[in-house]
Amino acid sequence: MSHSTVPRSRAEAEATEKTPAAPDGATGTGKKPPAGKLSLRLRFRRDRALLLMTLPAVLLVLLFNYVPILGNVVAFQNYDPYISDNGIVSILHSPWVGLENFQRIFEDSAFWNAVQNTLVLFFLQLVLYFPIPILLALLINSVVRPRVRAISQAILYLPHFFSWVLVVAVFQQLLGGAGLLSTLLRDHGYDGLSVMTDPDTFKFLVTAQSVWKDAGWGIIVFLAALASVSPDLYEAAAMDGANRWRRMWHVTLPALRPVIALLLVLRVGDALTVGFEQILLQRDAVGPGAAEVLDTFVWWNGVRNQDFGFAAAAGLVKGVISLGLVLIANKVAHLMGEQGVYKK
Amino acid sequence: MTAVIDKPARTPGRWAAPPRPVWEEKAGPAGLAAKGLVLLLACLAILFPLWIVVVTSLSTRKAIDEAGGLVMIPTDVTFVAYQELLSGGQVTRAAAVSIGVTLVGTLFSMAVSVLCAYGLSRSGSLGHRWVLMVLLATMFFSAGLIPTYLLVQSLGLTDSYLALILPSAISVFNILVLRGFFMGISQELIDSARIDGAGDFRILWRIVMPLSRAVLAVITLFYAVGYWSAWFNASLYLNDQDMMPLQNVMIQLVQKQEAPVGLGQAIKTGELSGLAVQMAVMVMALLPVAVLSPFVQRHFKKGMLTGAVKG
Repeated sequence: MSHSTVPRSRAEAEATEKTPAAPDGATGTGKKPPAGKLSLRLRFRRDRALLLMTLPAVLLVLLFNYVPILGNVVAFQNYDPYISDNGIVSILHSPWVGLENFQRIFEDSAFWNAVQNTLVLFFLQLVLYFPIPILLALLINSVVRPRVRAISQAILYLPHFFSWVLVVAVFQQLLGGAGLLSTLLRDHGYDGLSVMTDPDTFKFLVTAQSVWKDAGWGIIVFLAALASVSPDLYEAAAMDGANRWRRMWHVTLPALRPVIALLLVLRVGDALTVGFEQILLQRDAVGPGAAEVLDTFVWWNGVRNQDFGFAAAAGLVKGVISLGLVLIANKVAHLMGEQGVYKK
Repeated sequence: MTAVIDKPARTPGRWAAPPRPVWEEKAGPAGLAAKGLVLLLACLAILFPLWIVVVTSLSTRKAIDEAGGLVMIPTDVTFVAYQELLSGGQVTRAAAVSIGVTLVGTLFSMAVSVLCAYGLSRSGSLGHRWVLMVLLATMFFSAGLIPTYLLVQSLGLTDSYLALILPSAISVFNILVLRGFFMGISQELIDSARIDGAGDFRILWRIVMPLSRAVLAVITLFYAVGYWSAWFNASLYLNDQDMMPLQNVMIQLVQKQEAPVGLGQAIKTGELSGLAVQMAVMVMALLPVAVLSPFVQRHFKKGMLTGAVKG
């Protein structure tokens, strides 16, 4: 922490002037503030503008991220939304039921189905989606011409900024029952496709959509890691007789290792959250059997079926397990010698 | 090594390939072709669907009927679909809602985030570690859909545009990116401004922000895209169909294959193809994003990395 010698404001200037001069006991406390450290009151006066600046964001976060945590008590209630038209008043007057909602969840086969779908989808994405940005980044990094690089990057980044509604709609137009591919097949005497409504292939479809939308965006991090590799390493390797493949194996990939490890760990930590919006948009077309994940399960039971206590309990279970996973993942990152999301 | 100077070196243009180091092998034709092909296919996989959507939205009913659906090669170009959609009615209103929410929301989000990021960027300031912890912790947990829904409803935000802005107004990640960038600005510069009598607000406005144009552009784009693409909050908190933003109308038109209100008759009888209308709505949804993001693109890397994985 580099603390400048220039006082931040008049308050600090006064303080630094006074502190050495003030005799012990003159301020009434009898304690001299340690050198270089200001009293709380003076620090507050010095930093009040900065504190004021952070205030709106802190208030928003407290209101919309922390206050709702308290609302999770409906998981232990038989919450009745019709007691009053204000949710908080309803919470205060709803009967407590203990762990009944949790019991119902664990006995509900639809919940376990959602758990299974979530995990299957997570592993599919890990195997089919995760390596693609790395390969693309290696490919783009090996392109020498700046113009080719710039144009292909601009195109590959683009879908990341499209909404899920748009991405799903594009897929529907191309692969749907009345879509382009289906029409082409029918024109040539084959059966049409039903990829968009087929429960058996739905998880692959979802993965393909994720790849289309975000694989290009994912290369940014890897390109940055590649750009930071010293060219001297490549030259040294070449002098030692390594051809381009050996150089990729012994120089490029080790340079990517920390980023790959970090992203992998983060992804595992986020395993229970897979594509909520994306799947919600397609849930009705495929049916909950194949499409329901934990997030859509909560949405369906809470928002649609108004079974708030039950849905909140499911959400709470998911949230607690997710939090645990993130913390474990971060711990693993630290053990592997990487920085993780936060520092130790 | 003795340098042989025979020709003055040409000044390389912006797009000129950098000189190859002597030790690097020359790429063979097969390798180059393979690389080019993979890159081309990847780019086509993204551009081809967009091309079809745009072309179909510009096609007449006749051209669409002849193609038996989506049009790949433009023959008759017409703007009827856009004229119909933008001549008042459901889609016009939805586009206006989306634009309004995006403008107001982005402005609000940027104001709150920039202030907060600067407030946290001066190390050693009172309580900045605590505030940082409070913000960072939210990256690890979410309160859950149901409690958030009940809160927004209790606050009386239901059926109000505020419900589309406030609950998701700030992203802690974006604040961290901004903070990381602000922390990179030299302390001497800020100190000298302070000696000249500038307060924190003036320093932020006159010194820090002008120096951070690149990252401000990136974060503005992130927030704007977030508001423009959002549909879930609207489906959750709005009941009034007339208040729905463009994405939600697109769900009805394209996914559920409904005709836009007021256009059903025109589609049944007139020149207009229902498919062209759907595609036109999709183009309207993707156009602003596709036009804006390439301008900010060259800052992405810098913006994403300055604050990305730092506490």
